[in-house]
Amino acid sequence: MGEPNKLESLSSIETDKLKAVGAGSEADLRSRYVDYVPPKTKMHMSATDKVISVIIYVTYAMLAFVCVYPFYYIFINTLSNNEASARGKVFLVPIGFHLTNYAKVAKIDGLIQAAEVSVARTVVGTILTVIVAAFLGFMFTRESLWHRKLWFRFVAATMYFNAGIIPWYLTMRNLGLTNNFWGYIFPVAVQPFYIILCKTYVESVPRELQDAAEIDGAGTMRVFFSIILPVIKPIIATIAVFAAVAQWNSFQDTLLLVTDKNLYTLQFTLYNYLQSANSLASLVNSSTSTDSMAQLLATASTNTSIRMTVTMVVVTPIMLVYPFFQRFFTKGIMVGAVKG
Amino acid sequence: MQGMKRRGLTKKQIRGYREFLYILPFLLLVLIFSYYPLYGWVYAFFDYRPPTPLADSKFVAFKWFVYMVENPTRLKRLLEVLRNTFAISGISLFFSWFPMIFAIFLNEIKCVPYKKFVQTVTTLPNFISWVLVFSVAFTIFNGDGVISNLAMNAGWIDKPVNFLQNSNHMWFKMWLWLTWKNAGWAAIMYLAAITGIDEELIEAAKVDGASRMKIIWHITIPGILPTYFVLVMLNLASFLNNGMEQYFVFRNQFNSDYINVLDLYVYDLSREIGGYPLSTAFSILKSIVSITLLFATNWISKKIRGESII
Repeated sequence: MGEPNKLESLSSIETDKLKAVGAGSEADLRSRYVDYVPPKTKMHMSATDKVISVIIYVTYAMLAFVCVYPFYYIFINTLSNNEASARGKVFLVPIGFHLTNYAKVAKIDGLIQAAEVSVARTVVGTILTVIVAAFLGFMFTRESLWHRKLWFRFVAATMYFNAGIIPWYLTMRNLGLTNNFWGYIFPVAVQPFYIILCKTYVESVPRELQDAAEIDGAGTMRVFFSIILPVIKPIIATIAVFAAVAQWNSFQDTLLLVTDKNLYTLQFTLYNYLQSANSLASLVNSSTSTDSMAQLLATASTNTSIRMTVTMVVVTPIMLVYPFFQRFFTKGIMVGAVKG
Repeated sequence: MQGMKRRGLTKKQIRGYREFLYILPFLLLVLIFSYYPLYGWVYAFFDYRPPTPLADSKFVAFKWFVYMVENPTRLKRLLEVLRNTFAISGISLFFSWFPMIFAIFLNEIKCVPYKKFVQTVTTLPNFISWVLVFSVAFTIFNGDGVISNLAMNAGWIDKPVNFLQNSNHMWFKMWLWLTWKNAGWAAIMYLAAITGIDEELIEAAKVDGASRMKIIWHITIPGILPTYFVLVMLNLASFLNNGMEQYFVFRNQFNSDYINVLDLYVYDLSREIGGYPLSTAFSILKSIVSITLLFATNWISKKIRGESII
């Protein structure tokens, strides 16, 4: 069912290596037996090739380190004694382990509320975006649909233009969507790119399935719900992940549309923390008297631990879902690439 | 069928209309949120100052478009913003081969778990927001950040240094952050293209005794060049659209002269008192140039490869 994941078949090229490693997880077994490619002529590795290999391994280790260490650093510092953290002693493992920072952050006024808003917009926004993408993706494959091509172009064209901040803001204001939770949801409900992904996927489903159902008297909606929806689950999962990440990460709409504190999102709250930390840093930089500087530094260190903890709170959901959904991400970009 | 014809409509046509009704609500959403704002472009031609309604505002034709370049301080600002936009987009374009090289050498790693690990870890930053990226930057480069602490512990500096509060190499730094965030993700596209290369070609080259670098140079790179071409064209088409979020979060009083790009400038104008028409005028010009660039690159793509990119 569905198309084979290209990246997984990519790994099958190295089947012989995989055997040597003795990996045995499900994916590995699959690539060992299902996508099995006969071992290739083993070539003798020259000295230069060996040197190149070492350079490649080391370079990528450094790149991986650069991508992951910052998050690890923040994580261990939120768990460490704030004083040790402020003096810059925590680099490898937490020093003076405690969870006070997280307890403190939970009590911050408005942070729980911001988390609720973020979760709510992610759940509601994702559900709506996915339903619209699946349904329109399917409908745009229906040859019976009145002026199908015209409507498809009408939707797809919106990928290529943008009216600008002010015209968009005034539209939202006229619709009463400023300082309104639905301002996070409705503008992004119809996403042409996701619709195209779905359309491409539905087109790859054998037409006979739909035809057979229609001969049995199934209507359009019936075909969608009982024939198409079960078959296009993989692409729906992909889009759901994309949409959820986009909703969770969204910052600009709060900046432009919202002044009501009750509707602030986690991203926006974190931004405010960063801003105050930034101005505090400027004060420390410019202050001359040692007395006030010590005081400022003390404030700054509490501020730093709070800021890092909030950062962890904002990044953790992404970190948690990311390893599980990585294959969906990959699949999504592949389908997109095939289209492009 | 005969019975249906009498009413002038076939069963299929009726179904077509009904299906149109099903999608109509969504088409209306598109109309409201994507097409209707275009009507807001008229604000650029009026002396619009809220709360005075548009109907009572004076029609000023192209006053705001002229104002952009006529007023010396405005012109200076505009040139500065254009310089930054061109510099930042130019650097990205100049280094656009980086994700391709990243993918090519990643593909050379024969230890699959290691390769997957590297791929997973380097793709991660693509999924966090710019606010979080800035939080990471702040943690590393702030006065009480990693670098400053390390340097102090080593005795290289005796006072904390805030590396974010200066404007040195701003354009290049912005490119570095962009690359940190996107390169791993962009590489996936090239990895897919590499799997599309004919295995037999590589095997044949190996039998002929070609070295790894030779295979990369003569087989892998030519094999994925079409993908690179498409991505460069898309890059060119969005030359003016850097987005504002990255520059917005990284901006401070020390670096603003070098970080303001067009998208951020349009936002700043919209915050000024009476800035609505001028901001809209910029949006209009930007849209026109962007669409032109898109069609131009598409035309080039058709000429060279016989394939369109949109």
